Amino acid sequence: MIVEARPTAQRERAALGEQYNTLQQQHATAELGMWIFLATEIMLFGGLFTGYTVYRTAYPAAFAEGSRHLDLVFGTINTAVLIVSSLTMALAVRAAQLGQQRALVRLLLVTAVLGALFVGIKGVEWSKHYADGMVPQLAWQYSGPLSQQVQLFFMAYFVMTGLHAVHLTVGVISVLVMVLLARRGAFPAERHTSIEVLGLYWHFVDMIWIFLLPLLYLFGLG
Amino acid sequence: MTDHVVAVRLYVLVTVGLLVLTGVTVAVAHVNLGWLNAPLALLIAAGKAVLIALFFMHLRWGDAQVRLVALAGVLWVSILIIGTMDDILTRGWLPIPGK
Repeated sequence: MIVEARPTAQRERAALGEQYNTLQQQHATAELGMWIFLATEIMLFGGLFTGYTVYRTAYPAAFAEGSRHLDLVFGTINTAVLIVSSLTMALAVRAAQLGQQRALVRLLLVTAVLGALFVGIKGVEWSKHYADGMVPQLAWQYSGPLSQQVQLFFMAYFVMTGLHAVHLTVGVISVLVMVLLARRGAFPAERHTSIEVLGLYWHFVDMIWIFLLPLLYLFGLG
Repeated sequence: MTDHVVAVRLYVLVTVGLLVLTGVTVAVAHVNLGWLNAPLALLIAAGKAVLIALFFMHLRWGDAQVRLVALAGVLWVSILIIGTMDDILTRGWLPIPGK
């Protein structure tokens, strides 16, 4: 851990990019940029949500049948894992704001572990679908009367959870990079913006999953 | 730095709220409420998303520009879904040949 001996004002000047007037302005700019990126991400997932809605409207019975072939235990546990990882990420951002660098490293590590746990559980679930013959194209053994349309549901399921898992994997790798940097003391209080911006991404990925849970697992159970 | 440091207590409360809402939505999904099931599940999901955006993502303390961008994202995706569905759902209404 590098202990900065220089006075605060000098450290803040060193953290300030030359195109900015103040650290607050620099921080607000980074935050705005991340939000704009997240707005484009909403549109990316929005296309999938729209396609899902169209086909669910066209084949409600087959989509309900598809939902019943998912294991809600995996879905529920993974939701809880992701929510708790959002808590540890929020606490990591808080530690960064306060310049608590040891706590920051620990909280980021816990967040990365929880994120990896989610992807791991998802992987187990996917392999179960494979064993059950519920993977369109690769291993499709379901032979109910609505087989074609149920296949469409599973197509939507794999694309949506797949894209989400890719996002989460990118998140885990980014958090681990931040852990390495944080261990070298790269994030004293005046440089906490990077952690905050990464936190925004993490919470966004959590949010997407919160919509995937009802769309994929819950509809059609009642 | 002037940006908002949130109390740990509040983060924990929000987390408990999110976990409780998850339990509620999973439990309610097993009850047959007819057409109400889907909107209710989506409403709970939206409530959870708002909690995350307001507190974890600090939108409650955010600048006007940041709130505007977040709202714009939601608005545009609504246009995408509503615009598409308004076509899909009303196609059968008029007896236009060859449609």
